[in-house]
Amino acid sequence: MATEKKTAAHHEPLFHIAKRDQMVWWKAWIIRAAAILLALVVSGVIITLLTGLNPLNVYGEMIKGNFSNNRVFWMLLQKTSVLLCNSLGVTLAFKMKFWNCGGEGQVLAGCIAAAACMIYMGDSAPNWVIIVSSLITSMLAGALWGGIPAIFKAQYNTNETLFTLMMNYVAIHLVKVLQVLWENPKNSGNVGTINRASQAGWLPKLFGMQYLITVLIVAALCVLVYVYLKKSKHGYEINVVGESQNTARYIGINVKKVIIRTMLVSGAVCGLAGFLLVNGSSAPTVGPNTAGGQGFTAMLVAWMAKFSPFAMVLASALIIFLQQGSVAIATKFGLHRSLADIVTGVILFFIIGCEFFIQYEIKFRHKKGGVQE
Amino acid sequence: MNQQTAIPAIELKGVSKRFGSVIANSNVNLSVHKGEILSILGENGSGKTTLMNMIAGIYFPDEGEIFIDGEEAIITSPKDAFDYKIGMIHQHFKLVDVFSAAENIVLGLDEKGKYDLSSAQKRVADICERYGFEIDPKKKIYTMSVSEKQTVEIIKVLYRGADILILDEPTAVLTPQETQKLFAILRRMRDDGKAIIIITHKLHEVLSLSDRVAVLRKGEYIGTVNTAETNEAQLTEMMVGKTVELNIHRSEPRDAVPRLEVHHINCSNREGVKVLNDVSFVAKAGEILGIAGIAGSGQRELLEAIAGLQKLDSGAVLYNNPQTGKMDNLVTKTPLQIRDLGVRLSFVPEDRLGMGLVGNMDIVDNMMLRSYRKGKGVFLHRKEPKDLAEHIIEDLEVVTPSASTPVRRLSGGNVQKVLVGREIAASPTVLMAAYPVRGLDINSSYTIYNLLNEQKDKGVAVIFVGEDLDVLLALCDRILVIGSGCITGVVDARTATKEQIGLLMTKTNAESTEGGTPHGN
Amino acid sequence: MKDVLVFLCGFIAVAIKQGTPLLFGSTGEILTEKSGNLNLGIPGIMYMGGVSGVIGAFFYEKAMAGQPLNPLLGILIPLVCALLGSALLALIYSFLTITLRANQNVTGLALTTFGVGVGDFFGGSLAKLFGAGGSLSIRNTSTLFRSTLPFAEDWGAVGELLFSYGFLVYVAFVLAFIVSFVLNKTRIGLHLRAVGENPATADAAGINVTRYKYTATVLGGVIAGLGGLYYIMDYAYGTWSDGSFGDRGWLAIALVIFALWRPKTGILGSFLFGALYVLPAHLNFGENRMVQYAVMVLPYVVTIIVLIVISMRKKREHQPPQSLGLPYFREER
Repeated sequence: MATEKKTAAHHEPLFHIAKRDQMVWWKAWIIRAAAILLALVVSGVIITLLTGLNPLNVYGEMIKGNFSNNRVFWMLLQKTSVLLCNSLGVTLAFKMKFWNCGGEGQVLAGCIAAAACMIYMGDSAPNWVIIVSSLITSMLAGALWGGIPAIFKAQYNTNETLFTLMMNYVAIHLVKVLQVLWENPKNSGNVGTINRASQAGWLPKLFGMQYLITVLIVAALCVLVYVYLKKSKHGYEINVVGESQNTARYIGINVKKVIIRTMLVSGAVCGLAGFLLVNGSSAPTVGPNTAGGQGFTAMLVAWMAKFSPFAMVLASALIIFLQQGSVAIATKFGLHRSLADIVTGVILFFIIGCEFFIQYEIKFRHKKGGVQE
Repeated sequence: MNQQTAIPAIELKGVSKRFGSVIANSNVNLSVHKGEILSILGENGSGKTTLMNMIAGIYFPDEGEIFIDGEEAIITSPKDAFDYKIGMIHQHFKLVDVFSAAENIVLGLDEKGKYDLSSAQKRVADICERYGFEIDPKKKIYTMSVSEKQTVEIIKVLYRGADILILDEPTAVLTPQETQKLFAILRRMRDDGKAIIIITHKLHEVLSLSDRVAVLRKGEYIGTVNTAETNEAQLTEMMVGKTVELNIHRSEPRDAVPRLEVHHINCSNREGVKVLNDVSFVAKAGEILGIAGIAGSGQRELLEAIAGLQKLDSGAVLYNNPQTGKMDNLVTKTPLQIRDLGVRLSFVPEDRLGMGLVGNMDIVDNMMLRSYRKGKGVFLHRKEPKDLAEHIIEDLEVVTPSASTPVRRLSGGNVQKVLVGREIAASPTVLMAAYPVRGLDINSSYTIYNLLNEQKDKGVAVIFVGEDLDVLLALCDRILVIGSGCITGVVDARTATKEQIGLLMTKTNAESTEGGTPHGN
Repeated sequence: MKDVLVFLCGFIAVAIKQGTPLLFGSTGEILTEKSGNLNLGIPGIMYMGGVSGVIGAFFYEKAMAGQPLNPLLGILIPLVCALLGSALLALIYSFLTITLRANQNVTGLALTTFGVGVGDFFGGSLAKLFGAGGSLSIRNTSTLFRSTLPFAEDWGAVGELLFSYGFLVYVAFVLAFIVSFVLNKTRIGLHLRAVGENPATADAAGINVTRYKYTATVLGGVIAGLGGLYYIMDYAYGTWSDGSFGDRGWLAIALVIFALWRPKTGILGSFLFGALYVLPAHLNFGENRMVQYAVMVLPYVVTIIVLIVISMRKKREHQPPQSLGLPYFREER
């Protein structure tokens, strides 16, 4: 054994990674802001490479794509609202460390229920009855879709990530089946605009503005979720269960009950997003793409905002702004609209990556003195 | 055993290790020869495991040298330790549950040639035959008993060709029969020329197994004696030291009526091993009942059983309700049901941030853990807990930027003040505290002692689980000694000696039945 | 009788073709998950593999300007491009989750968003960007990928059953067997499984946890990427159309659970899932599209049932790798 050599080369690694105690909140937000900025630069460069657009113009076009006229501006508000609604829904589960990847399915379940109400009650019931039934059934449908995995999680500890993921595609194929059942006109493969003539079940235009009611509902919901999480006994229980099931047991919380209850609420909120997507649309319809992958994006928004309802407003607005802006650029250059997804992906990579620098620090070792504190 | 002349297989000279301001080991000198079993004896926290981890490459000593076969060795990783033919069997097994014994044994080895489990199985069988292990190499770990898992760990080390074996409290998880089997194997390995170090705090095991005993106390190396030339009394004295006078105020209990009666409770853990064995005792109002014992002897399960967190196999926990005058049985009730009975039971658990408090929540929210259900409606009422938090911060001198600071950012002493403060604020009739001063500095410790004494004077039945015998003797009125899930004795803290308690602690199951009257006082 | 046999052989052949992308995807994901990484970016990686191959083929065909392609280059260029593209995405995932210890679910979903975006973007805009006009089709390359053994047609139904596939189908088979062999019969596989089950134990045994996780995730991504390449080059005749790849990526993840993390079971599962996909068309349910869609939901429902049953039975051999989804940080212990 070459002990002499080892003595000389007794080396510890140059640096090691340690968990930070806690970073001051403003420093953490500076890091996040820097990550977003960096991501914007990178996506700007990507767009420039693809389109030959002057990098500064990229952002100009993006702003134009969101604010140049009333229609696109209201689209920005509507899409942000629905994404926010969805994010609020999954956040309830995430707070409990229940990885609800089923937002997409829960939204679709809500869409199905809302559309069913509109289709089957369209000719017979007064408008407000249809709207209220759509609202209630869509939330129930979302709750059902979220509740099933929760029951098995609580009872058998069934992996919720995979279960909720699979539930998404059950919902998508269910929509496809119903699409055939409800198709209009026949053999078009589409449901078409529901109640086009009577506009039965459509959410009313407040002050002549199509999406105002959607925006208001979600704004109220945002406050509600904040209050529920921060000020209610249920929210407190969610927090304790998420932080430590051991503590929850110690103070006598029924963990199974909290898991199921919270997922019912989480699913119901996502179901509400489905209601907004169908009844709140300017041309209500339902199809496998009605949720448009927002159930997944919502998870990312919730994560970006560190589960804070108000930060989520900004995060979802940012994502929708980028997506609409990229689509506008893509359209202008005759390119595919999924440019938006590329940009979203890049932003997310940076935000996901930057958390490392908030949670961990890199400590360098001195040659002799040991670890630097 | 030609110990004087031969070069030791492993020798430690002046080894010290510090963690921050805590001295884990200071100037330890040890040696073990080939064909010898050395016991390392010491109480909890005396630095035994830290010392062994330095030989196994987990830690690196701050000072001192380690010599293997007379040559200085630098051991910076477990891999280095393997290369020096050192193998350590940790208390917590490092095994992959879904793998078979053979797969675990060859894991991480870079043997030359084709990967061939059947030849590995043959080698395992050879080792088994040589030392008398009984194990099926194809058996999966998750189907094994604790003792079988331990066997796999030992074979793993032997398979790697270790000549120096370190076992960290190997008998803590074994039944007496399994212990005897293990000892027979260890003796066979000694006769085969291996050097063996075994960490333990069970005196009779030390005496029956080892050739020499090294004693550590609070990180200090006390000395090494030949087993043949020593006895239990001498070892106990070396282990616990002279009684230190602590200036803890102790009042005489007044009208000490029985408050909590524990009758013959039995409890098994998930693996089906008995962790509480026919435990009975009485806790009286207005006195502090100490519970002494080696860590992991069933203290946690006992307190959790009383608090309604642990399922019992049999037995009763009776609460003498001062309001109704009735006896309520707490067994099979959940913590909430216990509360609903009007039982004011406070519990300071051992795991402060994993159970008693939520580290990421601030002090105010942690105050609410017990009381958040209070009040009508769906909303939380933060006014009361906020006042309480400020009250506790002021009264107990909790050092914190504010009441809205997450508790995990507080120092250990302040975390404990918050927890104890909350539990006391519920004006309990029974207060259970598990290791409430562990890791605390002197001043914080005294704050806690005073709080417990205050409660006692108010007529609360206080149960104090401790590890420092000096503290137990100075603070408590009676001390219950627990060993391997059995009550091995109850002593009067005013007259008992450390040696007496030390001996009771190191007794095991088998002896306790013959040894004296466990429930008498 | 002979008709039934011919029909059956034809049906199985179609099911195999339909199941092959799933097989690639699930083999790759099994390898990844065995290292403890739940890579939900697999759908994105499959897209990326497909589109990278398309890009390679597109430029090669463009360079040849209508002249016949060199068969070797015609296959090698798209293949290498697909491997590089999917490896790049898998590397991003690995860097974020292993080195930066980011949440695996979130990272995976972001990767899928990105990968699908890249796929649809270049699939839809490549022709426009580089001035070919019209929809993107690389038929000549596709013909190379689709070429079968010469005697396939002479052997009738049996020939169809055994030899009517492009070479990637056989690659999928062989890879599933190789991964199964490596996982269960080699030292590397033992170490990899240990990393996924209990990284702390693996670390203590001197196994380089980080290296194993990186290698398995990147190799797994590359294998999954081949599924995308097969789909576009062979199954879809080299024609990229928006969204036609559909939910195959997620089906591949479902298949991993269905196969209980065993690559060889994955082979059977992929054919089963493939058969379910094409069953309605073959049974002349053409009129009733509802049944057709209802059948497509079956793979997911069956997977959910499998998931529930394994969690109820708690049989240890059937559980996901124990540390699946969790980052490993040595100093946390």
